[in-house]
Amino acid sequence: MTTGSLFLFVAVFLACAVEAVEALTIVLAVGLTRGWRAPAYGTGAALLLLAAIVAALGPALKLIPLHIIQLVVGGLLLVFGLQWLRKAMLRAAGIKAKHDEDAIYKKEVAEASSAARKAGAFDSYSFRIAFMGVLLEGLEVAFIVLTFGTTQRNIPLAAIAALAATVVVVAVGFAVHAPLARVPENLLKYAVGLLLTTFGLFWGAEGAGAKWPASDASILVLLAILSAASLGVVYFLKRSQQVPAGQAAAQGLAPEMSQP
Amino acid sequence: MIVKWIRSFALFWYDFVVGDDWRLAIGVVIGLGLTALLAHTTSAAAWWVAPIAVIATLVLSTLLAGRKARKA
Repeated sequence: MTTGSLFLFVAVFLACAVEAVEALTIVLAVGLTRGWRAPAYGTGAALLLLAAIVAALGPALKLIPLHIIQLVVGGLLLVFGLQWLRKAMLRAAGIKAKHDEDAIYKKEVAEASSAARKAGAFDSYSFRIAFMGVLLEGLEVAFIVLTFGTTQRNIPLAAIAALAATVVVVAVGFAVHAPLARVPENLLKYAVGLLLTTFGLFWGAEGAGAKWPASDASILVLLAILSAASLGVVYFLKRSQQVPAGQAAAQGLAPEMSQP
Repeated sequence: MIVKWIRSFALFWYDFVVGDDWRLAIGVVIGLGLTALLAHTTSAAAWWVAPIAVIATLVLSTLLAGRKARKA
C-alpha cells in the first residue's frame, strides 16, 4: 500500500466515522423512543438515494481530466477541511462549545417523545427524522468517498474505508444501545480537519500545475506543518483567553465563558 | 416547488463553500490562483504558494474569531 493509499484509507475512515456517529445518534434517538419500523424504512430510503447518487456521479467523474478534478476537488476539500479545522481549533481553545453527542441525543429523545403519533398509523415523524439525518450525514460521506476516490484513482478503497467506518460505528452503537458519547469526537474532527486540509492542499496545488518536491511523501510534510501551525494558534488562543480571565479575577469580577 | 429546491441547493453550496468565515474561501481561491499563475507563466517552483496562503488564512481567521469572542 502506497503512502497515498494509506492516507486515503485513514482519512476516509476517520471522516466517515464522525459522520456515522452523528447519523447514528439521530436514528437511535427516534428508534429507541418511538419504535424501529419507521426509522428503519427512513434509513433504508436514505441509503438507497445515496447509492443512486454515488452510482450516477462516480462514473461521470472518471470522464473528466485528472488535473481538473484535482483542482476542483482539491479546492472544495480545502474549503471544507479548513472549516472543520477552524471549528476544531476554536473548540480546542475553549472559544466554541464542544460537540456533545449526549446532549444532542437527549434533545432528539425529548423532541421524539413529544411529537404526536396516531395509534396504528405509520410513524411519518420517525421516518422523516431518520431519512433526513442519514441523508444529510451520508451526503458528506458520499462527497468524501467520491472526491478522495476519484482524485487518488481508487474509489473502491475509499468506499471500503467508508463502509468499514460505518459498520464499526453502527455495530458499537447498537451493542451499547446509546449514543457514542465516549468517542472523542472533537479530537476526531480535529484530525479529520487536518487530513482534509492536507489532501486539499496537495491535490489543489497539483491540479493548479505545481510539482511537489517529494511526490506523495509531501503529504506527510504538509500534515506536520499544518498540525504545528494549528496547535500553535490553539496554544496562543488559550493563553490569551486566560489573561482577561486573570485580570477580571484581580478586579473581583466573575470570569466570563464565551461560547457562541 | 422548483424555486424552493433551487434555493435550498444554492444555500447548501453557499454554506458548504463560504461556511462560518468567507475569508477561508477567498484564501483558497487566491492560493490556488497564484499557484496556477506561477506554474503556467514562469519556470519557478510553485508548490510553496498554496500552503503559505492557506495557513496564513487559517491563522488569521482563527485569531480574528478568538478576538471577537474575547470582546463579546
